[in-house]
Amino acid sequence: MGAPIIVAQGLGKKFTLGAKREPYTALREVIGRKARALLSPGGKAKAGNEFWALKDLDFSINEGDRVGIIGRNGAGKSTLLKVISRIIDPTEGRAEIRGRLASLLEVGTGFHPELSGRENIFLNGSILGMSRAEITARFDEIVAFSEVERFLDTPVKRYSSGMYVRLAFAVAAHLEPEILVVDEVLAVGDAEFQRKCIGKMKEVSSGGRTVLFVSHNMAAIQNLCNTAMYLRHGKLVVQGNTPAVVAEYLRATDAGPSSDLAARMDRQGNGAVRFTDFTLGTPDGGELAAAQTGSAVVFRFDFQPGPGPVNNLHLAMGIDDVYGQRILHLSNETTGQVFARAQESTRISILVPRCPLLPGTYGFTLFSTVNGEVADYIFNAGTFHVESGDFFGTGRLPAGDQGAFTTEHSFILS
Amino acid sequence: MQPPVILAPGARNKQYWSDLWRYRGLLGFLAWRDVAVRYKQTAMGVLWALIRPVITLAAMWFIGWLFGSTVPAGVPRILLVAAATMPWQLFASVFDGVANSMVGNSNLVTKVYFPRLVLPLSTVVVSLIDMAISLAVLVVLMALYRYLPGPEVLLLPVFLALAVLAALGTGLYMAALNVKYRDFRYVVPIVVQFGLYVTPVAFGSADVYNNPSIPAALKFLYSCNPMVSVIDGFRFSLFGHEMPVHWPGFVVSLAVSLLLLLLGIRYFRRTEKGFADII
Repeated sequence: MGAPIIVAQGLGKKFTLGAKREPYTALREVIGRKARALLSPGGKAKAGNEFWALKDLDFSINEGDRVGIIGRNGAGKSTLLKVISRIIDPTEGRAEIRGRLASLLEVGTGFHPELSGRENIFLNGSILGMSRAEITARFDEIVAFSEVERFLDTPVKRYSSGMYVRLAFAVAAHLEPEILVVDEVLAVGDAEFQRKCIGKMKEVSSGGRTVLFVSHNMAAIQNLCNTAMYLRHGKLVVQGNTPAVVAEYLRATDAGPSSDLAARMDRQGNGAVRFTDFTLGTPDGGELAAAQTGSAVVFRFDFQPGPGPVNNLHLAMGIDDVYGQRILHLSNETTGQVFARAQESTRISILVPRCPLLPGTYGFTLFSTVNGEVADYIFNAGTFHVESGDFFGTGRLPAGDQGAFTTEHSFILS
Repeated sequence: MQPPVILAPGARNKQYWSDLWRYRGLLGFLAWRDVAVRYKQTAMGVLWALIRPVITLAAMWFIGWLFGSTVPAGVPRILLVAAATMPWQLFASVFDGVANSMVGNSNLVTKVYFPRLVLPLSTVVVSLIDMAISLAVLVVLMALYRYLPGPEVLLLPVFLALAVLAALGTGLYMAALNVKYRDFRYVVPIVVQFGLYVTPVAFGSADVYNNPSIPAALKFLYSCNPMVSVIDGFRFSLFGHEMPVHWPGFVVSLAVSLLLLLLGIRYFRRTEKGFADII
């Protein structure tokens, strides 16, 4: 184990909430506020709008460590990466960084749609901190990794999203800093490419480089990282070897099937529909605290239609295991049930006649489109539980470490 | 190995200027991107780089001719106007580019670290490339009129640099303010438009300084415009003693432009750490 390469003491970052909802200030408001302050001296801005995204963080990371950073949404993981990457300034405390650092907080930062793949490799590489000579030296490797040789001179605006992601990650994967900081960027791209990326990151870190890696995918964290940090509400709960930290995180993951979707701010989409509530139920309309393996369960999503028409409503629910690995995708596009008109409706229910999920906690992501445009998209929208049940009528289920779900099957001896 | 980086509220970044040098490659790539992207999917392509200065030149020549501003003997009016239009366009393009450089690249500002000055400086490079094209137009015009400038022409780069400094200082102020108050997005075109009328582009500084009906205070105010010294100097270096420089005015104008540069850099440096929080 090497010497400490990142040391933080009492690190904290405060945000003013008003600034988040309204991306920029209008001068008029400032003048107005100053004028009001003159009229009523002593009146200060409301302190309730402030919130600490990070608070009192003390930690030390050694050279050559591969550190996984885990925590729920809004725990401050990305803020921590931004502070360490020098993108934002801490509000208090201090940190010392003793090496050349490169960060990958987004796939394809600075990619320009009009430029060709070849041109974007150079542009993106230099944005990530590579010199022209470094990029030239690794150019062929980058191209080979990205698998887009044939389209190298095509503007990236004509790329499929898969090609785009592959090219962008290929550039980033060939960075060679002393410290590499990676946010949840592997969530995009197909499974095979994700595996390739994790392999590449392993290769990168086995070369003695320090890696900081944020992910909701516990399998990736356990696979890649030798130590981990668990953040919760901006505070460091525990830092230590990965299995222990992951176990602590899973223990703390809160129970309860419903989640208050209405309050979620971290959503995307044009708002043609907004999901407000998620509950589990039975086909006859009853409530459920948890689903049961082998029994019918209904995932109920309440929504509010926006002002416009709600035509061609499409909903997809992506179900993840506790490791953040996508294991199931339920969509009315695949079932072929398109809701041409849904203006009068307020709820979509997904009926699963025999729940195939094995006992445990599952998370889900919610994605919906109206008329082909993204209407509401909430990443890691909530969690629900599955209790054990009698799927086969034998009173037996596979053991907990034998996969995430089961299916109807029978054995034939011949 | 490089010295450790200290992150703390308000910590001074001792390596800022050496970092800026280290990121010169990025500066070049960003400038190249802006130039490369500009003429993609256009039928006339790079021709546009020529069309813009030529049209402005024609308009300015027409205005000067209409109002009959002073033209010294032996100097074609079109050259006199060109010698002012070009530095003015350089100023306008640097000012506009720098002022919008942060907001226009907010995706970079919130995702990667680099000394933020890289962004405005890369737009300066783009403006200088445009300027080089304009200068080529000027050379062609001089050849057409068979006009050969004197040795003063060697001072031309100095005045070009002055135009860039004046625009950079004010532009940096705007860039930083623009991050916080998008109001300044609307201020920039106003400055560029209005500035044209208080800058000796269609007329000459002599028209102002030698006009007895303009009060002295107003003349002083006129000389506070940093672009006055630049354009006077530009004309001097092309036409020599046909266009003598009004030295007191020149010094005031130069001082104002250096002061603006200093203040602009200071304000930008002081606020840049918060850019990613509020952009």
